[in-house]
Formats: sequence, structure tokens, C-alpha cells
Amino acid sequence: MEQIITQEKSKKHNYHTLKVLFEKETADFINGKRMLLFLLLMALITVTGLYAAVSGLADALESGNSSADFLFLKLFTVSANSIPSYNSLMALMGPFIGIFMGFDAINSERTEGTLNRLVSQPLYRDHIIIGKFLAGIFITAVMVFSSGILIAAVGLISTGLIPTGAEAARLFIYLCFCVVYIGFWLALAILFSTLCQHAATSALACIAVWLFCAIFISLLAGITADALYPVGGNDMESLMNEMDNYYCAQNINRISPYYLFGEATSTLLNPSVRSVNAVTMTQLSGALVSTLSVGQSMLLVWPHLTALGALMLLAFAVSYVSFMRQEIRAR
Amino acid sequence: METVVIQTKGLTKRYGELTAVDHLDLTVYKGEVFGLLGPNGAGKTTTTLMLLGLTEPDEGEARINSLNCTLDSIEVKKIVGYLPDNVGFYSGMTGRENLRFTGRLGGLEGDALEEKIEKLLARVNMTEAADKKAGTYSRGMRQRLGIADVLMKDPEVIIMDEPTLGIDPEGIRELMWLIRDLAERDGKTVLLSSHQLHQVQRICDRMGIFVHGKMIACGTLEELGREIAHEGVNTLELAAYPDNMKLRDILNGTKGVTNIEKNSDVYVIHSSFDIRRSLARELAEQGYTIMHLRQAGSDLDEIYRKYFEKAGEQSGADHHTGKK
Ligand SMILES: Nc1ncnc2c1ncn2[C@@H]1O[C@H](COP(=O)(O)OP(=O)(O)OP(=O)(O)O)[C@@H](O)[C@H]1O
Ligand SMILES: [Mg+2]
Repeated sequence: MEQIITQEKSKKHNYHTLKVLFEKETADFINGKRMLLFLLLMALITVTGLYAAVSGLADALESGNSSADFLFLKLFTVSANSIPSYNSLMALMGPFIGIFMGFDAINSERTEGTLNRLVSQPLYRDHIIIGKFLAGIFITAVMVFSSGILIAAVGLISTGLIPTGAEAARLFIYLCFCVVYIGFWLALAILFSTLCQHAATSALACIAVWLFCAIFISLLAGITADALYPVGGNDMESLMNEMDNYYCAQNINRISPYYLFGEATSTLLNPSVRSVNAVTMTQLSGALVSTLSVGQSMLLVWPHLTALGALMLLAFAVSYVSFMRQEIRAR
Repeated sequence: METVVIQTKGLTKRYGELTAVDHLDLTVYKGEVFGLLGPNGAGKTTTTLMLLGLTEPDEGEARINSLNCTLDSIEVKKIVGYLPDNVGFYSGMTGRENLRFTGRLGGLEGDALEEKIEKLLARVNMTEAADKKAGTYSRGMRQRLGIADVLMKDPEVIIMDEPTLGIDPEGIRELMWLIRDLAERDGKTVLLSSHQLHQVQRICDRMGIFVHGKMIACGTLEELGREIAHEGVNTLELAAYPDNMKLRDILNGTKGVTNIEKNSDVYVIHSSFDIRRSLARELAEQGYTIMHLRQAGSDLDEIYRKYFEKAGEQSGADHHTGKK
């Protein structure tokens, strides 16, 4: 009996240290100069997205070629002329929020000499990274949701669009996706911060991964697919290859969280997207022109969400393992 | 019977080819101040890291209060306070906030926490600077705050890596006093590493001399001195008044004296055994006033140097045989 009580006590103590660490990290984010940077980035995404939405939506409505359904969700996806939409900005710039939050999480503590003091306290080492990660996610969630709600509110006022229940649900799921997406980059940044001795190195490594995912992987996918399944010839074979080529490129692209996010969010925000894969004419024949329900869209993007989450957990697990085994010395 | 608090058996740590700590057997008893002495790179910091489970030993084990330092490191950290060399604080937080954070991690809350912070700040003389950002602190202020930080969790065992580094002489005196006080009044066990031989000599009950990862000598100051003295001859420094020819004759006539040198007004007397008692009595009877009488080798500086020379010779010899 006594043992159970002490066990309970130590369990409580465990969560207690995690809570203390979480609170400290959150306070650090909020009080730190870096918060200004996050706010600036977030404001950039929000304001640009909003501008694109309001002007783009008006254009789309005037020209009359836009379907009148789900106009509210278009707030997040329409772009005006050269100004990108909120969603594409989020896909492109969101990672920076995660990277800036995490790139020096562990190594700055190491260089400041606080890490060895911290790990000599009675706490589980993993709580240190979990605390930092959760604090980052918390801040991200607050920022993402406030910016999303801000856009919805401004859209509501300026266009008079009232979201339906389904639209609100989709928006909510979309914003959760954004948080997971940024969370992946945060986990990656924390990973590099445990592996690299210097904050500058880990920042560069993160940005390199981002560049790769955002730009190079699509080039790579195209080249690989063309090499494996050549197309463009006039013969029968290249016609046959057309489909394989597309799938091959798509599967390679799907390694990249950037691509996964883009695919998933465009499905979520556009209920008329019926499939994330190529659809043949035979499959399409007899299909009714209709939109998908929230649940069905969710089914389509469920693999994306799991993949993103798995990538995030993988990055997290690797940093966890490498951090647990590290020797921690003073500078 | 004294209680063993820290015990290591065959503790070994290797970094590739280099053996930083080599089969260390160390025992520290309750309420004792133990000093680890050794040149740079001797493996002192590595030893303290292994004691806290901050790095894994390659061989052997370390126990604190019979808890395994590698496997039960959480339990160990609950009772051990660690002051790393080059201690750092969160620069964006004040000294007080830094202490509060440590205290909360240790499970303290509310008034008890604030009271404790106040008390410890006063104890290390940091009350005035407590509300400044830790980023603005000088080296010595960080060190003082580090000591308060260690005491925050009321540890039974305190491990300090070069605690006096960067503290001014007055501060060192206070710190030494504080450490003795912790050991004597609060019954805490202190393990500290240092280069500052004079301070170590003053406050440590026992000390171990560390060279190339091996502890080549361990014991009280007297034991260390005696051991070294057994190795060869006793050396005595003496100055007496009046300094005349007869003094020299007396010295020459004393039993056991093998050689006498004169260094300005100090005689350096080599003898085959300790002649301090007999010589002092003899001189007093003859009406001499002893101005200075000191057994060379009873000072840690010299003990340290001698051990160090010995270790150097040994490793040189090892090297030689290794080549053959
Ligand atoms: N991560 C590491 N990789 C390789 N060798 C290391 C590493 N850390 C320490 N060493 C080596 O281990 C030896 C012992 O180092 P340690 O820091 O324990 O010395 P020390 O006695 O604390 O010295 P000092 O008095 O300078 O603080 C040194 O020779 C050092 O070069
Ligand atoms: Mg050291």
C-alpha cells in the first residue's frame, strides 16, 4: 500500500516537472524577442492571405465563373493576381515558424551552460525536449487558430459570408492540419538542435531540409519518374507509361511534408475534390457532380494526417534517442 | 563505523584511445569534505559526471547511498546537488527567477519556495543582485548563484566542480567557511575538485590526487605527507635566533641528520627520520629561539608536486617498457 502511494507520488512528481518545464518554455517564448518574429511571420501570412482572399474573391465573383458553393472556404485558397493565398503561404512560410522555435532548443542551453544544471535536477531527460516541444505546439496552435479565426471574421464582415456547419468543421480540421504541419518542422528543428553543437549549423540544416522538400523533391520526382517510365514518345509504350509516370512522381513527392500538406489541405478546403489520386475516365463515368461531405473528405486526407504525424513522431523519436544518450558537459 | 556515501568500484571511462578515468576506487564517508586534486585533463570532471549519471561509465560502477548512479540516476539526483564547472543561467531571467525555476523542479511551491530563495540568496551574498538579469552577472556572481542553486534542493551530497573558480579572495574565504559549515553542522557530504591547493588543504578532510585518470594517492594531508616522506628523506626548514656557529654544531650533532644546507638565513636539514621533536627540545634547552620550523612536504603544494613527479616518472617508465 505504501509503495503504491509513493509510486503515485513519484508519478505526480513526474508530471509536475513536465508542467514546470512547459510553463517555463512557454513563458520564454512569450517574453522572448523571438516572439516578435513569430508574430511578424504570422501577421505576414494573415494579412497577405486576407488581402488575396478579399480581392481575389471579389474578382472571382464578378467574373462569375466560380461556383457559389463553399465560398467561405475560398477565403483561404483564392489568390489574387500574384499574391498567394493563405493556404499556400502557410505551406511555404509555416515551416519557418517551427524552425525558428526549435532550431536552438537544446544546443543554446548547452552553450549557455544551463543544460548540465538542468539535467542534474531530478527529472527525466525526455521531459526537457517534450516540454520544449509542447510549449512550441501550444504557441503555434494559439497563433494559427487566432489567425484563422481572424481571417474568418474579416471575411465574414467584409463579404457577409456566413459559414455553414460543414465549412466551420472543415476550417477547424484545416487549422489542426496547420498545427501538425508546423509541429513536424518544430520536431525536426529540435532534432537538429540535439545533433548539432551550434545553433547556426542546426538552423542551416533545417533550412536545407525545407528547401529540399519545397523545391528539389518535385524536380527529383519528375526526373526519376521520367527515367523509370519514359513518356512523350509516340509509341504505345509511352502512352502506357503515362499513368505509372504520374504515380511514381506523386509517390516520391509524397515523402515531402510540404507536398502532403498541400494535397491534404486542398482536399479539405475544396469539397469538390473527389480523389487525391489520378482518376481515369472509366472511374469517372457515371459519377454525379457533387461535393464530398466532411467525413468523406476526412477519409481522403486521413493517410496524409497520419503520415505527417508519423514524420513528426519519427523526428521526435530520433531526437529523443540521441538526447538520452548524450554526454552533457559544460561548454 | 562511518557510513559510506559515495563509492566507486573500478570506474572507467574511455574516449576512444584515451582512458579519461582508469579503474577508480573511491570511497567518501558521510559528513566528509573530500577534495579531488589533479592537473588539467586528469579526469576530475569526467568522474563527477559519472557520479551523476550524466555520462555512462564503460566499466565498473558508482554508487551514492548505495543507489546505482547510472541506473537510478533520478533517485541519485534527488539527493545530490551538482555545481558544474562554468555554471550557466538563463540569461533572460533574473537570478531569483532562475532559483525559483530550480526550486519548482524540485517540487517546492509558494511561500516555502520564496522563503528558501531569500535565505539562500543571503547565504551566498547575492541579495542585491538577485533581481538583475542573470545575463549581466559576472563570473563570480554566477558561481555564487550556482551555489545557491545547488542548495535549493537541500542535497545530502554536494558535488562541486572547481567551486572557487572566479571568486574573489573574500568570497573564497566565505565559500570555504560555508562548505565546512555544511559538512560539520548540516552533516552533508561534499566532494569537490579544485586546482587551488591552499584552499583544498584548508577545508578538505581527505583528498585524492588524480593523474591521467588514476588516483595515485588518497588520504588526509598528514597521511599523504607521511607517505611521501617514507619514500626518501625528511626535509626540514629551520631558522633560529641567534644564528651563530654553535647552532650549526648542534644541528650537525643531532642524531639522524645526514646533510645540512644554508639558504640565506634558513637551514635546510635532511635527515633519515623526523627530528622535529628532538631538535626543538635541544634548541630550546640551549636557549635558542626558533623563528621558523617547517617540515617540507607537509604542505600540499610540495606533496602534490612530489606525487606528480613520481607519477610522471612512472608513466615515463611505462612508456619506455611499452616501446620495447
Ligand atoms: N567528449 C570527449 N571526447 C574525447 N575526450 C574527452 C571528452 N571529454 C573529455 N575528454 C578527455 O578526457 C580527459 C579528462 O577530462 P576532464 O574534463 O575530466 O578533466 P579535468 O580533470 O576535469 O580537467 P580540468 O582540470 O581542466 O577541468 C581529458 O584528457 C579530455 O581531453
Ligand atoms: Mg574539469
